[in-house]
Amino acid sequence: MEEGGAKVGMRKIVKVDEGIKIIPGANTIITTLDKLINWGRKSSIWPMTFGLACCAIEMMATGASHYDLDRFGIIFRASPRQADLLIVAGTVTKKIAPIVRRVYDQMPEPRYVMAMGSCASSGGIFNTYSVVQGCDEFLPVDVYVPGCPPRPEALMEGILKLQEKMQREYFRWSPLR
Amino acid sequence: MDITHFRDQVSVILKRDRIVDICRYLHDEPQICMDYLSDLCSVDYPGRRLRFEVVYNLYSIKYRHRIRLRALIPEDDPSIQSVVSIWAGANWHEREAYDMYGIVFKGHPDLRRILMPEDWDGFPLRKDYPLKGPEGWEWKGFEELKELHKHDDEWSIKS
Repeated sequence: MEEGGAKVGMRKIVKVDEGIKIIPGANTIITTLDKLINWGRKSSIWPMTFGLACCAIEMMATGASHYDLDRFGIIFRASPRQADLLIVAGTVTKKIAPIVRRVYDQMPEPRYVMAMGSCASSGGIFNTYSVVQGCDEFLPVDVYVPGCPPRPEALMEGILKLQEKMQREYFRWSPLR
Repeated sequence: MDITHFRDQVSVILKRDRIVDICRYLHDEPQICMDYLSDLCSVDYPGRRLRFEVVYNLYSIKYRHRIRLRALIPEDDPSIQSVVSIWAGANWHEREAYDMYGIVFKGHPDLRRILMPEDWDGFPLRKDYPLKGPEGWEWKGFEELKELHKHDDEWSIKS
């Protein structure tokens, strides 16, 4: 904690973090709207349950009690209308790709996409006629999580990376951006 | 045409013409009673005169014995009679064989592709089908999807 120079009345303004100040004793925090909104968003990412292959099993394990994604404010939603994040968990075949895209299109802004596992990131071992070589061919991907399948720790690391990214967003809440 | 034994497995190689009669006999004959079709699949042997095979793995739940039938099918007319009327479970197996090898099962009640998209071109499990699909060819549905993705920026979809 650093003692700030400015004063409000008789109180000192204390800087607690980059861009965040408090007025001690006044129950007041001063920060930007960006920081506040991004903090709110990153603290309650609701992902879409969209398992495509074995990665889905690992995703379920991450969401279950042992790894417990709930503590990040992450609650899986069964409807794209209530989801913020699409975790593409598994091999995307060309036949399922239009459906994945439709699920993404049905999600409200702001929305994020995570490519979980090597299949969703690059096609993985399935370099064949029926498999999409990475879901970034038809979706804007934010975070790639490597692994086959990624361990729950890796998926959580991916989510933390996404949180960092969300925290850095600038003016995304505004129609003027 | 031929009967082979391998590790107590009996395999009968057949002409395709009377497959339904043969299957009907094996199914109905009380002493044989092949009441369960464990599997129906097909094989591609490129270079053979009779290029394709449809393989029927039969099992008798009553007597616990098995037999394998292999019907030979030429390349220029890849078709065989359907056995759905004997074992209803053959329905999806025959659709899969049709989807992957292009073998037409005559008398099948609903012969559509089962795994690939309905407007897919070609039969992917044939040995002359390139692993990554025909050169320069892309399935129409996926082509449209990639086209959609190109316009993401215009619709202010950002990552």
